[in-house]
Amino acid sequence: MKSGSRLERVLRSGRFAVTAELNPPDSADPQAVYDRALVLASVCDGINATDASGANVHMSSVGVCALLTRAGYEPVMQVSCRDKNRIAIQGDLLGAAAMGVCNVLCLTGDGVQAGDQPEAKPVFDLDSMTLLRTACILRDKGMFLSGRKLDVPPKLFLGAAENPFAPPYDFRPLRLKKKVEAGADFIQTQYCFDVPRLREFMTRVRDLGVHERVFILIGVGPLRSAKVAEWMRTHVPGVVIPDEVIHRLKHGQTDEGKRLCVEIIQQVREIKGVSGVHVMAYRQEELVAEIIEEAGLLPRRRQAEGSGVQMPSVK
Amino acid sequence: MRFLQNQPHWLELAYSATHRLLHPFRRWLKSGGRVEQLFIRAEAVSKGALFDCRMCGQCVLHSTGMTCPMTCPKNLRNGPCGGVRPNGHCEIIPDMPCVWAQAWERSKQMPVSGGEILNVLPPVNRSLQGTSAWINDFTGAAQRPPAGWSV
Repeated sequence: MKSGSRLERVLRSGRFAVTAELNPPDSADPQAVYDRALVLASVCDGINATDASGANVHMSSVGVCALLTRAGYEPVMQVSCRDKNRIAIQGDLLGAAAMGVCNVLCLTGDGVQAGDQPEAKPVFDLDSMTLLRTACILRDKGMFLSGRKLDVPPKLFLGAAENPFAPPYDFRPLRLKKKVEAGADFIQTQYCFDVPRLREFMTRVRDLGVHERVFILIGVGPLRSAKVAEWMRTHVPGVVIPDEVIHRLKHGQTDEGKRLCVEIIQQVREIKGVSGVHVMAYRQEELVAEIIEEAGLLPRRRQAEGSGVQMPSVK
Repeated sequence: MRFLQNQPHWLELAYSATHRLLHPFRRWLKSGGRVEQLFIRAEAVSKGALFDCRMCGQCVLHSTGMTCPMTCPKNLRNGPCGGVRPNGHCEIIPDMPCVWAQAWERSKQMPVSGGEILNVLPPVNRSLQGTSAWINDFTGAAQRPPAGWSV
């Protein structure tokens, strides 16, 4: 065990893990975070706090994680290189660990052009790979990137992202391997709507033996409608949705998106080397519990019992 | 001149040839002097025309399919990111082919150093911006990652 993380414990014990994304509020009210966490916590092993995803500003991932750890939840803090340089990032990693954050997902981040403030200055001092290695240096060598020693190193379970559905397809498995060499303990992938493509990717990953060195969680999520799916694939960087999926949503029932998501979970679960799923239900958190239940992944836990989750009444 | 980038093998040979040519003169290749000014100007013109060089001062073209990674809008040293479009173009500049997708394709045509794209590169040393990469290469400044990285 590299960290005190419950997610790490679940993965190392060989259980199929479930993480879910929490959409941070556009609000200074902590209750908004607690309300969203409440519906996710009982059905998943870790809650991802996004870091201005899509380059749209929301409550910061550090702030959300501080609230979540206070309430006894298990956050996965997402860190993007778009908005902070190496000095700010290393400070945040220490601060987060001090607040009880045990899982960090290292991302490059979407370009500022994707969001509603495209006039902002993009930072990109590090990239996801050098960020991973930097976090690894903090944890394993107990020093900053500069070589300066830490009194107490942070105990972190380090994650990275990969997108098997974006070109160049033949390089993606090798890049995953690079991320493992840079220090990734777990991977959360981009949305999977193309299971055959994922199978191909995983075959290559297994050939490289990478699945034995890292826990791979596949990104899944319900699409609300064909229109939303169409919007996502044109506006959200890295999301690939095949035409068949759009067709099915257009002609299916009202909850077709949810049923598709459950089917995909059941299919990816059968793929060797897949250790879990990461559910991203943008503005549909209430669906996450249903999806996880219908996919046959309940009961989940131990988390509720072990953590003694208590909602603080802070406002 | 950019069309030459599609001859990565030729370029990697030209690069090693230049290195061998400069090696005997390494005593004079110091940073901060008039020689460096000369190199900076020559590099800006030659590498600018060839690679759209951004003068980061630490060339890693061997590890990136002779494709300048600083032309990636995210300045990735370890790309490509997950935002590459299905047509292989950049997430941020839709008309531009992804720099790293090109880097990968070209690396496959480089028998000498094509495998280097599989190594994790250290973060960019921003303090070398605008200096001569050739001189930094000979003084060792270009290959010096942050202290914590290499320990």
